[in-house]
Amino acid sequence: MNLKTMNKTTRSNMITYLMVIVAFVIVQVMMAGGNISSSLKGQLVPICAYIVMAISLNLTVGVLGELSLGHAGFMSAGAFSGVVAAQCFSQNINNPVLVLILAMIVGGIVAAIVGVLVGVPVLRLSGDYLAIVTLAFGEIIKGIVNNLFVGLDSNGLHFCMIKNTLEMDTDGKLLINGPMGLLGIPRIATFTMGFVLIMVCLIVIFNLVNSKSGRAIMALRDNKIAAQSVGINVTNYKLMAFVISAAMAGMAGVLFATNFSTVVASKFDINTSILVLVFVVLGGLGNMRGSIIAATVLTVLPEMLREFSEYRMLVYAIVLIVMMLATNNPTLKNALGSFGAKVTGIFKKKPAKGDNANG
Amino acid sequence: MEFLFNLISGISLGSIYAIIALGYTMVYGIAKMLNFAHGDVIMVGAYICFFATARYGLNPLLGVLLSMVVCTVLGIVIERLAYKPLRQAPALAVLITAIGMSYFLQNAAQLLWTSSPKVFPSVVKGSVKLFDGALSVSFVTIVTILVCVIIMVALVLFVNKTRIGKSMRAVSEDKGAAQLMGINVNSTISLTFAIGSALAAIAGVLLCSAYPTLVPTTGAMPGIKAFTAAVFGGIGSIPGALIGGILLGIIEIFAKAYISTQLSDAIVFAVLIVVLLVKPTGLLGKKVSEKV
Repeated sequence: MNLKTMNKTTRSNMITYLMVIVAFVIVQVMMAGGNISSSLKGQLVPICAYIVMAISLNLTVGVLGELSLGHAGFMSAGAFSGVVAAQCFSQNINNPVLVLILAMIVGGIVAAIVGVLVGVPVLRLSGDYLAIVTLAFGEIIKGIVNNLFVGLDSNGLHFCMIKNTLEMDTDGKLLINGPMGLLGIPRIATFTMGFVLIMVCLIVIFNLVNSKSGRAIMALRDNKIAAQSVGINVTNYKLMAFVISAAMAGMAGVLFATNFSTVVASKFDINTSILVLVFVVLGGLGNMRGSIIAATVLTVLPEMLREFSEYRMLVYAIVLIVMMLATNNPTLKNALGSFGAKVTGIFKKKPAKGDNANG
Repeated sequence: MEFLFNLISGISLGSIYAIIALGYTMVYGIAKMLNFAHGDVIMVGAYICFFATARYGLNPLLGVLLSMVVCTVLGIVIERLAYKPLRQAPALAVLITAIGMSYFLQNAAQLLWTSSPKVFPSVVKGSVKLFDGALSVSFVTIVTILVCVIIMVALVLFVNKTRIGKSMRAVSEDKGAAQLMGINVNSTISLTFAIGSALAAIAGVLLCSAYPTLVPTTGAMPGIKAFTAAVFGGIGSIPGALIGGILLGIIEIFAKAYISTQLSDAIVFAVLIVVLLVKPTGLLGKKVSEKV
């Protein structure tokens, strides 16, 4: 492959793939050499999950152009269904990688179904109303999962709501215990699987964006009425982007949940949705590479700020505000831009003879 | 009797939501932004009142006034520092800045006042017995409803009858045209933030008088619910905020009483979704036709 002959988009996509692969290899080498702190090691899988969440939300917010405040709801739906599936599969299948892959598929499908259920009514709305309804759906999913009890015994799965009235055999095992969340999750998530999931999602998103459907979706974002007038089916394409985004969030949920032994439903609340939205906006709308970098940096940042201990979340908030001001305020942006130009100018300038005469 | 009791507590909770929702809806109407930090201004207001009355023994009324002043200043400072530089920026950038502000206020509160819960002393004590003692309504409930009605009437009069109110309506209609007519857009927006934050202080005191545990995240959930209420009634509309807030409060209390305590939030949000699907701009929202 020749980087110079490729068109700009393909080159940019290749750079993103390469960046992820290089980062993966570097971390693997560092892990083999034991150069990685244990706190960072524990963060690797969550970072992967957050990266997948960020790029999938970027598909909704950046490419489709609709603000969603309930992305964690899909993560929750995926995580809970995926882990229940993993528990069922692991009775018959011994290979943890295979179990995780199957669980991710189940989680992805369930999240996609929820995505259709949410998307069909929600996508009729637009702007802030759509945002508030996605927020509401996220809270509803949290409320339902918070009151769900699921058990597994030799007769199969048992479900009930609100109160634990499961009638299981003596060999029964409680999988979801209402507000206590998922119990005894098989910890099968690995950093390598996280890396594979990121790559798969990136391939899907890049190919979608560069396809006919992707262009239709972006046309809807840029001008809905113009797109409609050339015969683009608004609901279909909106739903398509929304459901793919939901399915990826579901898979990220499975990855996230199987990294811990217990997970509660309230983990996937509005704060998580907003956290992911922050990754997307800071990384740049529609820019997948930006989302990946932002998700990584902002997940590691609070850990790095640990020496400030109690001040770290305060510093995080200030960093967030300052970053938004610096990138969006015209005055500040120009000031930074001219400063940057000066800095690069110093390195680029080759002082010619006679130039010194002026001082 | 139980029904009546629930109805009254629903209206009371709804009044608090309505006062908070006013802050959201006014700021949205004028600055076209979702001020996510509004919920945390409530919390700051409640803390100021707590320290003024419980620690320094101030008169409750003075405490409320003090917290209104502090919140007003806080609202103006937030607007000047964080939102004003972003007037021309995309809506999402402003939203994220508002979220950053919300994190900032919560964490600053945690550092200043620690995360251990404070028991808020009720500003108004006692209760009244009706129907030969079959129904007991606390004074806090009555005061909350009264305060809400007074604020609502005052605000509607202010916005519709005064000169400043007129300029606020003009700015919300069209910023550019308002500026050409000689209206100072920046000071009008600042004033809106000031009013919204002062109302947030009152809401904070009322909220903590009814539910007396005070922690740095106290404002977060009521903030989100009040925002929902504002959308429910049609964001940008002052009577809409009242109707949305009270309906939301009643639905929440009834869901808690008759269906399920755990699922009450889910039910509230489900009703919101149904309403928005039938009436996509909320109960009293204006329908804006798209220009081609």
